[in-house]
Amino acid sequence: MADNKKNPKSPRVPMPEQPAEERSHNFNEVTLGYTYEMALEEAGRCLQCKKPLCQSGCPVEIDIKSFIGHLAEGDIPEAYKVIKNTNALPAVCGRVCPQEVQCEGSCILGKKGEPIAIGRLERFVADTFTADSACEMLTGDVACSLPNDHLKVACIGSGPSSLTVAGYLAARGVPVTIFEALHEFGGVLVYGIPEFRLPKEIVAKEISALWTKGVKFMPNWVGGRTITIQDLIDDGYDAIFIGVGAGLPWFLNIPGENLVGVYSANEYLTRINLGRAYDFPNYDTPAPHPRNVAVIGGGNVAMDAARTALRLGAENVYITYRRTMGEMPARAEELHHAEEEGVKFQLLTSPMSINGDENGRVKSMTLQVMELGEPDDSGRCRPVPVKGETSELDVDMVILAVGTGANPILLEATPDLDLTKWGYIKADPETGETSIKNVFAGGDIVSGSATVISAMGAGRKAAKEIAARLGV
Amino acid sequence: MENKIVVKKSLIPGQTSMLVIDAPQIARKAKPGNFVILRVHDKGERIPLTIADTDPEKGTITIVYLVVGKSSAMLETLKEGDCIPDVCGPLGKPTHIEKSGTVICVGGGTGIAAMHHIAKGHHQAGNHVVAIVGARSKDLLLFCDELGCFCPELLIATDDGTHGHKGFVTDILKERLEKDKDVSEVVAIGPVPMMEAVANVTRPFGVKTTVSLNSIMVDGIGMCGACRCSVGGETRFACVDGPEFDGHKVDFNELKMRLSQYKDQERTSLELFRKDHG
Ligand SMILES: Cc1cc2nc3c(=O)[nH]c(=O)nc-3n(C[C@H](O)[C@H](O)[C@H](O)COP(=O)(O)OP(=O)(O)OC[C@H]3O[C@@H](n4cnc5c(N)ncnc54)[C@H](O)[C@@H]3O)c2cc1C
Ligand SMILES: Cc1cc2nc3c(=O)[nH]c(=O)nc-3n(C[C@H](O)[C@H](O)[C@H](O)COP(=O)(O)OP(=O)(O)OC[C@H]3O[C@@H](n4cnc5c(N)ncnc54)[C@H](O)[C@@H]3O)c2cc1C
Ligand code: SF4
Ligand code: FES
Repeated sequence: MADNKKNPKSPRVPMPEQPAEERSHNFNEVTLGYTYEMALEEAGRCLQCKKPLCQSGCPVEIDIKSFIGHLAEGDIPEAYKVIKNTNALPAVCGRVCPQEVQCEGSCILGKKGEPIAIGRLERFVADTFTADSACEMLTGDVACSLPNDHLKVACIGSGPSSLTVAGYLAARGVPVTIFEALHEFGGVLVYGIPEFRLPKEIVAKEISALWTKGVKFMPNWVGGRTITIQDLIDDGYDAIFIGVGAGLPWFLNIPGENLVGVYSANEYLTRINLGRAYDFPNYDTPAPHPRNVAVIGGGNVAMDAARTALRLGAENVYITYRRTMGEMPARAEELHHAEEEGVKFQLLTSPMSINGDENGRVKSMTLQVMELGEPDDSGRCRPVPVKGETSELDVDMVILAVGTGANPILLEATPDLDLTKWGYIKADPETGETSIKNVFAGGDIVSGSATVISAMGAGRKAAKEIAARLGV
Repeated sequence: MENKIVVKKSLIPGQTSMLVIDAPQIARKAKPGNFVILRVHDKGERIPLTIADTDPEKGTITIVYLVVGKSSAMLETLKEGDCIPDVCGPLGKPTHIEKSGTVICVGGGTGIAAMHHIAKGHHQAGNHVVAIVGARSKDLLLFCDELGCFCPELLIATDDGTHGHKGFVTDILKERLEKDKDVSEVVAIGPVPMMEAVANVTRPFGVKTTVSLNSIMVDGIGMCGACRCSVGGETRFACVDGPEFDGHKVDFNELKMRLSQYKDQERTSLELFRKDHG
């Protein structure tokens, strides 16, 4: 029942999803995606504003109004083309972007009612028009020829920032080689974000689309170890993009952190996602199977770890966070899904110590009770300890999702690279260029942990500059 | 083809083998003390193995492994000419090697192979290298001929006395340290209890003691924290800060506990593999 008439006042079309009781026991994708009718109905709510505010909220400047316009008319290929023009990974972004603070957060309809479900529409278009034919779409050829084969560009790391650089340049005929330290490509999209939120197949499709465009993918190459920036310069690369992410896990330096059963979210998620430990012993990587789990933190990473633990059979999973629900940085949808699935929230608590048994295994955690004080620099209320008030939580596993910093491997091997006082790479905000000529950087290794789309925005900026310098 | 097994040699049948693997990019960069992480098949686990030797000209690296669980058992099924799907490296900080005088290198079990690469480095830097190697029995000794080529002193201990001193490497080490006050460094690589025992022996002598920690790893590039260990009360990542650390400062108990975290799953894995492969 496609309803193409503009009806902005009607509520947004809900997204079908697996029931919470069912999905909390499997790794299948939680949200099921719009049908054709649903997508057309939702697209039909768009006002096609003269001055669309939505686009200004998008870090890669997707022409949102135009793609929704084409979609509303049922022209999915054209809608896809518009999105793909500026966004190399639409099926990914439609699933993981914090739309509520970006495009949807700026949509005029949000002022009175519900904004257009831009993310869901983007996902629908990308999924319908499979990414496999992206190259054909843009160039008319199934397998792209790379006309500028005297040029070459290298990317280090294969996260969204590098994939964007590669997509942009390959579409302009420049051969790009991506060097990745791990055995799979996609960065956090494959080793961090779980399948129930972003199926690996989706990432694989986008990568294979880049592959058909002529991008070369080299696994098991560690930048700074297997190959250095200087090696690449010596090998005649015209430009180099560093997109190695911010993968160094932070710990809290509280007693008991090295007990057996204490994990960084990175280790936990890498075991489960990259190592497919949820399918042990079919896959060889082992995973812990605790009963009571505490996850420390309130971002997307914490939600992913908590929901993963539930799916692996934990009876109780607690998120311990030092502020309240309202301050949590996780995407609204993830918080909502986590609650529905039965994750318990221990708000206004901060871990003091992790306590072990005689075998060095975690048996409980001591928490400091907090209250909210005055707003701090970030504008969020500062959590302050309530003197003398602590609580005890019986857990046999603790996952720390308290942030990550710059991984030092490549940086230490590249002494000419200027860093910020936080240890991230200094890059020109306009071009992405680092202190080394023709060496660019972007994504989390420049900004610190951020979002997929901001990493892509940085990749796009650098790619534009590289293309301009190469004259393509 | 990359990562092809060029040579396979069984050192102790069914237990320890040596592989020479085609990996030119790694061979070019590897130094003593570095390791690689490899995956033996598509559903495999990432396992770290020390680079026991390199030949940058031929573009090969050598590894020596002990069959302990599923992944190493699968590695043992590969033949010359087969390819290993993923080999990543060189990882870890290279051994700190400088001309310092007399260096005693203590190796136990499969660790002798890793020790061999480091001893060779010390020899090339102009040090007088004393090698002390130990195993349960004569048949389980490795690399003695290779070590003999450049170590003016090669001292051997076997638990059962079938070769050399009957007893532990630490007995010989203690004797040697009592005789010679000018030892500049002791390097120990082998099973954790052996490295701990070596550190305990050298402590009263105040000799610098380096051990190589084999903590459980996942990525090997400092992104997961699985390999963390306590050294001098601080948390360090064995894959990027190590694997070599000051043996007098390492919390060996913690290391032992962390090494046994997946015992049950590892057993399941190996049993299933044995069932399928006889
Ligand atoms: C669990 C989790 C959930 C998240 N959820 C969301 C979400 O819902 N929405 C959202 O927008 N963002 C989310 N994020 C953040 C987002 O994933 C990151 O901001 C984004 O992936 C950063 O992209 P990047 O290109 O900078 O690098 P990354 O994705 O971090 O990729 C870097 C790649 O470089 C490789 N690498 C590192 N060092 C080297 C080296 N020396 N040589 C070669 N390769 C190297 C790494 O192995 C990795 O593959 C999440 C992050 C995590 C961890
Ligand atoms: C830096 C480093 C260098 C090493 N060099 C060598 C070497 O040269 N030769 C050699 O034989 N062995 C070496 N090891 C040990 C080797 O990695 C393990 O024997 C191997 O991972 C066991 O895998 P598995 O599946 O066969 O056995 P499993 O059944 O999985 O495990 C058996 C035991 O091996 C250890 N182990 C398991 N998984 C890992 C892992 N991911 N990382 C480290 N240890 C693990 C644990 O103590 C475990 O109890 C090294 C380890 C490290 C950290
Ligand atoms: S702001 Fe909202 S209503 Fe206006 S064009 Fe963008 S999506 Fe449509
Ligand atoms: S193995 Fe992951 S940080 Fe060392």
